[in-house]
Amino acid sequence: MSRKLELIVLAILLIFVAQFIYVSSTTDAEYGGADDKPEGVIEEITGGTYKPIAEPIWEPPSGEIESLLFALQAAIGASIIGYFLGYYRAKNNYEKKLGFKTGSKTEKQSL
Amino acid sequence: MHIMEGYLPAIWCIVWFVVSIPVVAYGVYKLNKLVKEERGILPVLAVAGAFIFVLSSLKMPSVTGSCSHPTGTGIGAIIFGPAITAVLSTIVLIYQALFLAHGGLTTLGANVFSMGIVGPIVAYLIYKTGMKAKLNFYLIVFLAATLGDWATYIVTSTELALAFPAGDILTFGGFFSSFSKFVAIFAITQVPLAIVEGAVSALLFKYIIQAKSDLLVEMKVIGEPLVRKLRGLPA
Repeated sequence: MSRKLELIVLAILLIFVAQFIYVSSTTDAEYGGADDKPEGVIEEITGGTYKPIAEPIWEPPSGEIESLLFALQAAIGASIIGYFLGYYRAKNNYEKKLGFKTGSKTEKQSL
Repeated sequence: MHIMEGYLPAIWCIVWFVVSIPVVAYGVYKLNKLVKEERGILPVLAVAGAFIFVLSSLKMPSVTGSCSHPTGTGIGAIIFGPAITAVLSTIVLIYQALFLAHGGLTTLGANVFSMGIVGPIVAYLIYKTGMKAKLNFYLIVFLAATLGDWATYIVTSTELALAFPAGDILTFGGFFSSFSKFVAIFAITQVPLAIVEGAVSALLFKYIIQAKSDLLVEMKVIGEPLVRKLRGLPA
């Protein structure tokens, strides 16, 4: 199986990391969230007259807990992706070894 | 790309809900129909949804010295179309609004419109155009995911500029001067992140093709000869 695409993606990720190292070592970037920045722009445009019409119902009590919930989100997603890709990979492997197809009607028809 | 809770005037909250709700409702209808007809798509649907879940949780540093996150909607848009992707995005946005105070319930309509509707529509159109033009398959997926992600942030900037024009909204200067400020925050931050998203999406698509290509053929996402070529099988 060709690994060409993997290498290209790896190269792009390395360029991204290099970019991060360059920016973070040459500037004093704070790396705050871009989502929060419009707040300042809105204040500037409206001259500080705009008051938010609602507050979040619940906010994570600290940055640590926020990271926890973000990590949880990523972990749930990654487990689902890993589970299904792994399941079908193993299934395809065994079918090749055993020489017959298991599973649904549609799987037998194609390929 | 989340517009924070409370940061859109009520009238604009309503406008974006009115635009988004029919699309999400149509997506729910399509999703129900699809799942009834072919239960085999559930794993692929789960993977597409999980990809949005993972990518939108990754806050990545960018050239502008601030952090933002990819959207991950490209894969869903290519396989299931924009309407079903809007449903998947809505689920993720509700999670983030409720548990992380990112985005909000009042701004949900606006956030669904940018991330769940326009981004996927752009990705879908680029995919269709690219397939007609017979470009390299993974290049098409890359372009669709990258530009779909980027479109999301352009739309977010537009939504904010419409709500907060510098001066009179009907004189275009008012709109554009605000728009350029928001685009400077969002779109430029997003360029490197969108490229990374495109690359990772292309890679995931390769693995989906290896795992469940029969379903993609059946759903007419991709033709069988191309699948054989991509998997390195004899034609």
